[in-house]
Amino acid sequence: MDPAEPGKNAAIAEPVLAPGHSFGSVTDKISAIVLTRGTGKKWMGGFAVAIALLLMLNFAITVLFARGVGIWGINIPVGWGFAIVNFVWWIGIGHAGTLISAFLLLMRQQWRSSVNRFAEAMTIFAVACAGMFPLLHMGRPWLFYWMFPYPDTMTLWPQFRSPLVWDVFAVSTYATVSVLFWFVGLIPDLATLRDRATTKVKQVVYGILSMGWRGSAKHWKRYETASLLLAGLATPLVVSVHTVVSFDFTVAIEPGWHSTIFPPYFVAGAIYSGFAMVLCLAIPLRKYYGLEDFVTLRHLDTMAKIMLATGLIVAYSYLMETFMAFYSGNPFDRFMIMNRMFGPYALAYWILIAANLVIPQLLWFSKVRRNMLSLFLVSLSVQTGMWLERFVIIITSLQRDFVPSSWGMYYPTRWDWMTFLGSIGLFFTLFYLFIRFLPMISIHEMRELVHKKEEEQAA
Amino acid sequence: MKDSSSKDFVDISALRASLKGNAGERFWRGLEELGKTSRYRELAGREFAPGVVTRSGKGMSRRNLLKLMAASAAVSGMTACVKMPLEKIVPYVHPPVEFQPGRPLFYATAMPLAGAGIGLLVESHLGRPTKIEGNPDHPASLGATDTLSQASIYGLYDPDRSQVVLREGQLSNWSEVLGVLADLRSAYAANKGEGLRLLTETVTSPTLGDQIGRFLAEFPAAQWHQYEPVSRDSAREGARLAFGEYVNTYYRFDRADVILSLDADFQCFGAGTVRYARDFANKRRITGPQSTMNRLYLVETMPSGTGTLADHRLALPPHQIEAFTRAVATALGIKLNVAAPPSLPSVSSDWIAALVRDLQNHRGSAIVIAGDQQPATVHALAHAMNDALGSVGQTVIYTDPIEAGPANQIQSLRELVSDIHSGQVETLLILGGNPVYDAPADLAFSEALLKVKTRAHWSLYDDETSYLCQWQIPAAHYLESWSDVRAYDGTATVIQPLIAPLYGGKTLHELMSALLGEEQRTPHQAVRDYWKKQNLSKDVERFWEAALERGVIPGTTFPPKSVKLNTAVNLPAPSAQPPGAIEISFQPDTNVWDGRFANNPWLQEVPRPITKLTWDNAAMISPATAERLGFTREEVVKITINGRSQNFPILIVPGHADSSMTLPLGYGRTRAGRVGNGPGFNAYTLRTSEQMWVAFAPPPKPTGKRYHLVTTQYFQTIEQHHELLELESVNAFKRDLIRVATLEEFRKNPDFAADPPSETTEAPSLYPPYNYKEGYQWGMSIDLNSCVGCNACVVACYSENNIATVGKEQVDDGRIMQWIRVDSYFHGDLDRPEIYNEPLPCMMCENAPCEYVCPVGATVHSPGGLNLMIYNRCVGTRYCSNNCPYKVRRFNFYLYSDWTTPSLYGLRNPDVTVRSRGVMEKCTYCIQRIEEAKIKAQLGNRKIRDGEIQTACQQVCPTRAIVFGNINDPDSQVTKVKAQSRQYGLLRELNTRPRTTYLARLRNPNPEIEEHGSR
Repeated sequence: MDPAEPGKNAAIAEPVLAPGHSFGSVTDKISAIVLTRGTGKKWMGGFAVAIALLLMLNFAITVLFARGVGIWGINIPVGWGFAIVNFVWWIGIGHAGTLISAFLLLMRQQWRSSVNRFAEAMTIFAVACAGMFPLLHMGRPWLFYWMFPYPDTMTLWPQFRSPLVWDVFAVSTYATVSVLFWFVGLIPDLATLRDRATTKVKQVVYGILSMGWRGSAKHWKRYETASLLLAGLATPLVVSVHTVVSFDFTVAIEPGWHSTIFPPYFVAGAIYSGFAMVLCLAIPLRKYYGLEDFVTLRHLDTMAKIMLATGLIVAYSYLMETFMAFYSGNPFDRFMIMNRMFGPYALAYWILIAANLVIPQLLWFSKVRRNMLSLFLVSLSVQTGMWLERFVIIITSLQRDFVPSSWGMYYPTRWDWMTFLGSIGLFFTLFYLFIRFLPMISIHEMRELVHKKEEEQAA
Repeated sequence: MKDSSSKDFVDISALRASLKGNAGERFWRGLEELGKTSRYRELAGREFAPGVVTRSGKGMSRRNLLKLMAASAAVSGMTACVKMPLEKIVPYVHPPVEFQPGRPLFYATAMPLAGAGIGLLVESHLGRPTKIEGNPDHPASLGATDTLSQASIYGLYDPDRSQVVLREGQLSNWSEVLGVLADLRSAYAANKGEGLRLLTETVTSPTLGDQIGRFLAEFPAAQWHQYEPVSRDSAREGARLAFGEYVNTYYRFDRADVILSLDADFQCFGAGTVRYARDFANKRRITGPQSTMNRLYLVETMPSGTGTLADHRLALPPHQIEAFTRAVATALGIKLNVAAPPSLPSVSSDWIAALVRDLQNHRGSAIVIAGDQQPATVHALAHAMNDALGSVGQTVIYTDPIEAGPANQIQSLRELVSDIHSGQVETLLILGGNPVYDAPADLAFSEALLKVKTRAHWSLYDDETSYLCQWQIPAAHYLESWSDVRAYDGTATVIQPLIAPLYGGKTLHELMSALLGEEQRTPHQAVRDYWKKQNLSKDVERFWEAALERGVIPGTTFPPKSVKLNTAVNLPAPSAQPPGAIEISFQPDTNVWDGRFANNPWLQEVPRPITKLTWDNAAMISPATAERLGFTREEVVKITINGRSQNFPILIVPGHADSSMTLPLGYGRTRAGRVGNGPGFNAYTLRTSEQMWVAFAPPPKPTGKRYHLVTTQYFQTIEQHHELLELESVNAFKRDLIRVATLEEFRKNPDFAADPPSETTEAPSLYPPYNYKEGYQWGMSIDLNSCVGCNACVVACYSENNIATVGKEQVDDGRIMQWIRVDSYFHGDLDRPEIYNEPLPCMMCENAPCEYVCPVGATVHSPGGLNLMIYNRCVGTRYCSNNCPYKVRRFNFYLYSDWTTPSLYGLRNPDVTVRSRGVMEKCTYCIQRIEEAKIKAQLGNRKIRDGEIQTACQQVCPTRAIVFGNINDPDSQVTKVKAQSRQYGLLRELNTRPRTTYLARLRNPNPEIEEHGSR
């Protein structure tokens, strides 16, 4: 699938930017959302829901800190529950943003320009949600900093053989690079907003944030170099972060966790769920803010194809995991797979298979890919499936492992649900603020697209 | 019945009658005065009527305030002036050479329970007892303890214990009690005690027996009644049937090769159980193919700990056990005077013939033992069989009764109740026990009790009985008391106090002294004087100190007594099962016993053997019976016996006898305390004095309700119960967690249990290896051939390591904190399964999967090969627990340890951290004991001797199934045990290289008997 190759199919013929746009119209349209269109009622409604969920999260966390992780459904043998499921899920979601902004930048994929800004924002917010969970799930969260290699008076270090320590590095690096990359990309646009600010406050705030950007050729040169460097830094992270997250499981000896297939499988799964999330966000956004010109069918179609491709990798992984459980002759693995398929959590497993493997096959049909509703629903299905995947991996592996006397069950409590739904609230709160106060599509990159298009036409 | 107004009972018609005679002559202030109710006496006893005291109106004058302040300041300095009594207690200062307890002092004492004592050594830190161990010098202990005595230390510190004398529910004090007792003395001096009754539990204290005897001599018209709900009445009556007199029987399992147990769980319960368990285990300690093994045939209704070790186990409903006994007795040639043909549909005659042949082939080394819950007939037949097998004097020893006054207790209680009803009882002193709760339902004891004019109750708790008495006198815990007690063989021990009574509790000796008019005599004097009078030694002082130090009074073991079997025994005809009826078997609960330990959270929480039930009792039935009656687990059914009904939830127990149901006693308490109020269902409401242990009932009726039962294994819901129970056990065997062979198979292939070499050799690793070749390397071996699954190790671990209890809901959530657990698995047929126990502490893996995943290095390996937790480094990610294949780690999901109840501070082992919220914890092989021994050895510039360190679980184990020591020492016991061919490790294929290993289980079935469900 190479969208750069011309004339292969109809999608290629479709532009990544609707015709008829000039520098001015692009800038007007995008900056108006932030500066002049004001706070819409629908925005307020959505934001209110998100804030309500966020408050619920605050409540759940307050109770959690006051009483302890016992309020969740975790136990012995299932020591990890929703918190880690959510952590892996959110981290995975973040991956699409980095892939679009960094990897596709290096690949010189033009279509990324119109989606990369909010995809990156999505990454950062998803990482924020994800980063919260390892902290919350600790028995003594006030000691979280012990996970970092800080100069301790007793010369204590983290235990570097533990994948959780690798996680700390992987996720914090990821968060840092993502924030930097996003912010650097925002600088020229912040300057645009500063220049077009309607109030003094906006002018000052955007002015400070734009860090003295004047748009000189020197600035642009430095900017391009910095972007490229950051993209170069971020690209390996697309692969490495979820690889490290998968180590949390593969390094352990639990049947269902201890598997060499996990790193590629997790990375593919991350991108899979990430693109589903981008689609889930893009489809309503382009509709409500009238951005069909910038986020065209071509974008959605391409992203749907990436989703299909990564989904197939995930499907292959499932099949291999099952196959290897029997082929390896390891009785514990065999039991684990049978328990997943037919044990007490079989329903979760089969919904996962349906949501993650069967339903996404609809994406083979271009009609499905180009129908906003169906694409949205398939994306939601993938999100659900990917969440369930983590649930199945974590819970069913721990639930019945080696010694049958210690088998147990995990039932999420209302606090588990509140924290999970609350994290969605946190994500959307941040996202609503983002689309209200920052340009959700990169203005300067769109202008660049206009320019390139003009060049093409001139040529 | 529990209406509080009944306490101020005024019988109006009686009043009217009494006034008639002297009308007009007498003034009375109210009905209370006339009736002389306790309320009246309480008011009259006060100097001022209520309301009179506040003379100066509302406040207090400045002058008075200053006076009081000055006076209190002056008096407060005098608190140090209390004269402490000079009563020497003697520490265990000269332990045997090989026995080296730690730094704290150990005092020998004993715990009385259910009519026998067990000798204990109690660890005392700075004057507060913290841990109970067995006394190696005591014949009933040999250094181990049973589960209940191990847990009894919690009772000492129980914050819910009765703390003051209560009179009509109001605060009172001991001097008032003394006054009342003195009044009683003078009041009954004239009529020699007519109308005065004592009600005690079984008395095995010689001193108390002597005191009661002297009291009865002084007041010959007074009567002494005894009642205990779990009494040995049928054993006593069985002896009387057989020999015409009460005798005490004890057994020499160390000489027995073939044992037939008739519903006797002799390794877990009853007098001498710890000793029996040890002797029994010693006879099956296999060291190699040439070793021999005893053989145990066991018939029982409810699977028991002893039953799990049986080579042939038959599950029979109770009345068939009697029929079985008759059949075996007949086959052994014993002439029964009742010509009732034994009908035994479920046991083949070949089986019985083979058993009888086996018994007869072991004349003089066979034992037939009957359980305490079996009727007198079975006991009598057991005596006859032992006689026929030549066991008497060899393996079965008869002595004088160890009780001070052996009696048929249920008869005794019955008499008391009928005397009350006929108005012969004026004053009833209930000295121990809780008859209002646990007396048979048909006697309606509480109604009778309220008819008694003066009622006093001496007890540890302000319980159901106390509530209906005018006086509640707090009892001293045995760890606070001077007393004495006889063990199963008559050996007497002085119970010496470890601590002054925490709550001012009083011993029975003090009460009896007061009744005898000797209130100045302390219990110490009472006990000492009694033994002085026995003239056991010339040098009384040295004799006394030696007795205190050793924990055994020399020369008190009863000599064997020769008895003559009454050949013309008239046995009652066996009861027949009414068609369609379910046989109800009452049993003391394995954990709370008759209910007296209901407020002990350790015992409530520790999963019961085999069923793994916690915090409740239930109606236990076999899978087949459940199927037949259509009952599922947790379904609440209504059981009706003779018109009395009680609801019980169903628990299906594989291995239970069909057509019968077991109801453990001791639950459904209402005034046990904060822990004991609530859980479970009261089986006493169904129990009658005619049918103390077994009753026939129509099939229980479903109620449509459910009651959630929490078990630590078989968590599954009811519908899946059968399948998943099997799934767990089937997988346990598939995974070779339990390895078992018959003795024959073992002799042919001694290495049947061995792990393949690929699993025992070190696999390559990227990480540098630990050096395990130097210094002390700790290891443990657990012999599955000995373990009866009695839970003593679990309770010992709770006590030694300050383990928190979490409550029913948290156990249900999978958060029980036990560091060592006893797993149970079933094998074979669902209806006649073999049951296997497997105690599981930390495996102390040399390649510990928990260690490398901890992000903060809170769980680390010690140079001695221990896998340890550093609590204050733990941040609580629980990754270690996830990665532990044995799931032995426990997490403080909440703040489980009680940090606020002051009385529990004293209970804690000061050498072990009390854990906080959010940290992981686990078995440490009792690191505090190891370190203490290390320090000691270093000070003495020597090596730690083998056996110097005993882990808590090892020390308490009645069967010595657990061996611990230095595996780097080729001469250590653990090295030798681990060298046995039966040794295997759990899940060695994971390359964890566990330090805790197991010795495979062996069975010794009779080759003549083809077993169902054998491999």
